[in-house]
Formats: sequence, structure tokens, C-alpha cells
Amino acid sequence: MSTLGGSLSMLANPAIIKFILNGVLFTIIISVISVFFSVIIGTVLALMRNYCDKKKLLPIKMFSVTYIEMFRNTPLLFWIFICVVFCPCPKFIDQAMFGLSSVNNKLMFKAAVALILYTSGVIAEIVRGGLNSVAKGQIEAGRSQGFNMVQIMWLIVLPQCFKAIIPTLLSQIITTIKDSSFLANVAVIELMARTKQILSAANRYNGLNSINVSDVFVLFGMAAAIYFIINFTISMTVRKLQGKRKVNYGKVRNNNFQTVRSDG
Amino acid sequence: MSGLLSARAWNKIWVYRGTFILGLGNTLKTAAIALLLALFLGIVFGLMATSNKKILKTISRVYVEVIQNTPILLQMCFLYYALAFSGHSPGIIITGILALGIYTGAYMAEVIRAGIEAVPRGQFEAAGAQGFSYISMMFYIIIPQSIKVILPPMTNTIVNMIKNTSCLYIVGGADLLSLTYSFVTGENTGGSYAPAYIVCGVIFFIICFPLSTIASTWENTLKKRERRSVLNKV
Repeated sequence: MSTLGGSLSMLANPAIIKFILNGVLFTIIISVISVFFSVIIGTVLALMRNYCDKKKLLPIKMFSVTYIEMFRNTPLLFWIFICVVFCPCPKFIDQAMFGLSSVNNKLMFKAAVALILYTSGVIAEIVRGGLNSVAKGQIEAGRSQGFNMVQIMWLIVLPQCFKAIIPTLLSQIITTIKDSSFLANVAVIELMARTKQILSAANRYNGLNSINVSDVFVLFGMAAAIYFIINFTISMTVRKLQGKRKVNYGKVRNNNFQTVRSDG
Repeated sequence: MSGLLSARAWNKIWVYRGTFILGLGNTLKTAAIALLLALFLGIVFGLMATSNKKILKTISRVYVEVIQNTPILLQMCFLYYALAFSGHSPGIIITGILALGIYTGAYMAEVIRAGIEAVPRGQFEAAGAQGFSYISMMFYIIIPQSIKVILPPMTNTIVNMIKNTSCLYIVGGADLLSLTYSFVTGENTGGSYAPAYIVCGVIFFIICFPLSTIASTWENTLKKRERRSVLNKV
């Protein structure tokens, strides 16, 4: 029982709590930034894959297909390792800021690039699902009204597509928050890595000079609770949105397409 | 690009090809046994989620939500350190199998639940009226109808599980990616980054690409058929 007391006393240590909460902040910031850029890149890729069927544009389509399949069929950690070695890093990031050392900032940038590259492949497929759900007549109608292709996409197809995929995109944020824990493999920045680091130094903080099982349970339990609260809130929102949709659209549409969450 | 075109770097890969074969073997072994565990858990919890008993439904819901909303890396670390610090470390591969199996099991449970729920309610009632027991109803009537809805997302889940074997890296790593990493950073073997990563990536791609292509083709056929049947009804 005394070891548990020692482990719990770590949670009362303001320095540790601050360290962990900063990690939570980094987790959220990295995930939100990654999803934001991935949605942009993913949309472009999806449009390239879906609408570049003319012979002249075929190389563009091939590029997009290669990109999507390449990133969907290899692990995220693989791309993180590659980016850590090969990805160039702009000068202004390579310095101490945000309370991180310059090395950590550099690693965070490179790993975030890997996360964006990987997630945009996944999001491209989601957007493609949305594009396919927009009726073909919409494009033809747009063309008959004298819109050009860019206007048709921007004004007619994409708004409908995004309306259909918002729940799936939100669940993708959950996946990205979970995936951001992969950064723990290369640097100590976000929640997962910080929890692990505190565990490895727990003997200094729990007042017992040794690391016990209770430390593992308390620290990882806390990290799991934080992840759970963030992700569960998002998934409840998703479910609420889907509930509304079912009322609006009737039950037939996309029924097994969206109710099951896919992983990664 | 360090050594993409140098014959020496590629030669090094060939000399140390055993590393990659060992890693591939470990990855496949972990994935295969974890898949069995995941299928078992998925079937048990999926059936629990579709049963009429509230308590079983709640247990299944809690399992799925807790596992799906926390990262696999955290679960793996938790399992590994909890076992290690309590004095019975089972080794990296076994930890990986357990963590991956439990994690993937939650996704399998959801897939199976959705598949069973896609079968119209009347089928259950008809089977009950004909005097089928629960097991024979599932086996003869419900599963055959839901299997075509279950298989495509299940294949996707398997692809993700194979990719997730790379998580083993954080607890010490014996899988393909971890061994590749220790190969390129090792003292005697290090340096040939580009060739080693290309080999590793190609291996992952060769395993995952056919599976995910099958899954998406299947899914599209299903969706088309569904749309057609909806149109017919209208």
C-alpha cells in the first residue's frame, strides 16, 4: 500500500503535472496542425485521383494513386524514421523555443511532417468517398450552366462532399491524436513520451528510491485517462452528428460506411 | 541520399539479409498469433454487444471504448512495464502479441457488431419462431448473411494490425521495422539508410497492398449493389 502512496504523491508534484500538461498541449497542437494540412493535401490528392482521367492528365492521376497507396500500406513509424533522417528542416525552427530544445524542435518538425504525409494519404481516401457520394448529375448540371471545372469543384462538389464526410473526418482526428503518440519513439515532446520519461525517473520522485508496479499503473493510467477524455468527447460529438444525419437523410445512406470507425 | 546508388550499401544489405528475414518472420508471427487472439476477442465481444442482456452489452461497450480511445503504444508500454516491474517479463514478442491482439480485438468487435446489426431484425425473429437455438441461428442464418459486410472492414483491420507491429519498437523491438532501424544505426552495419528503408518499405507494401486492394474492391462492389437495391425499392 505504501508504494501506491508514493506513486500517487507524484501526481501532487506541480512540476510533474506541468510537464505532463505541456505534453497534452503539444499532443493536441501537433494533431490539429497535422489534420489541418492533411485535409488540404488529401483533398488535392483525392481530386487528382478522381477527376484526372484525360490522357494528358494521366501522370497526375498516377502520382496521386502511387502516393495514396504507398502511404496507406506502410507503417507511420517507417515514415517518421525516414523523415528524421531525410526531411530538411527550415532554419527558424532549429532553435530553442516553446520550452523545447532546438534538437527537440527539429525532431518535432520532422515527425510532424511524417504525420502529415501519412495522414493525408488516409484523408485522401475519405475525401474520395465523399466525392463519390456526390451525384454525377451535379457536375453535368454545373457544366451546362457554364461553370468551369474549378468553379464546379469549389462551389458545387466540394461543399456537398465535406458535408457528407465531416463525421469521418472528426474520427480521423481521434486516430491522429492516437498516432501522434508515435512521436514518442524519436523525441520527448508529447504526452506519451513524457509519461514514459517520468516513469523512467520515478524512483527520484516517489520517495522510495525504486520503480514499482504501482508507478506504472498510476502514470500510464493517468495518460490513458487523458487520451480517453479527449478522444471520447470527440467520438460522442461524432455520434451526435451522425444521429442528426440519420434523421435528416433516412437510414439507408452510407450505413456501414460511417458507423464503424477504422483505425489509421 | 546516403547510399541510394552506391553498390557498397546495397551489398551490405545483401550480406545482412538475415536481419530482414528475421524481422519479417517476427512481424508475420506476431501478426498471425495476434490475429487469432483478436478474432477470438472480436467474436466474443461482438456477440456480447448484439445480445439482449444489458450487462453484456455494457461490458463490451466499455472494452471497445477504452481500447479504441487510447493509443496502442500506450497500451503496449503499459502491458510491458506492468509485467516487467511485477517480476514476470514475458518477452517482447509475447507482449506484442497480447497488446496487438487486445487492441485489434476492439476493432474486430465493432466490425462484427455492425455486420450482425446489418441483418434485418425479422431474420432473428423468424429463426426464433422456427425453434433455432442461439448458436445454430448465428451459424446457419445470421453469420452467412453478415459475412459479406464483415469481411472488407475486417481485412482493413488486419492491414492496420500488420502495420501496427512496428509499435514493438518502443518496448525493445524485434519486428521488421525495428530491426531495420537498428541495422541502419548499428555500429558495424550502419549508414546505408536509403537502401535499407527501401527494402523494409517494399516488404510492408508487398504484404499490405494486395489485402487493402481486395478490401476496397469488395467494399465498392457492396456499395454499388446496395445503391442498386435501394433504387429498385424506390
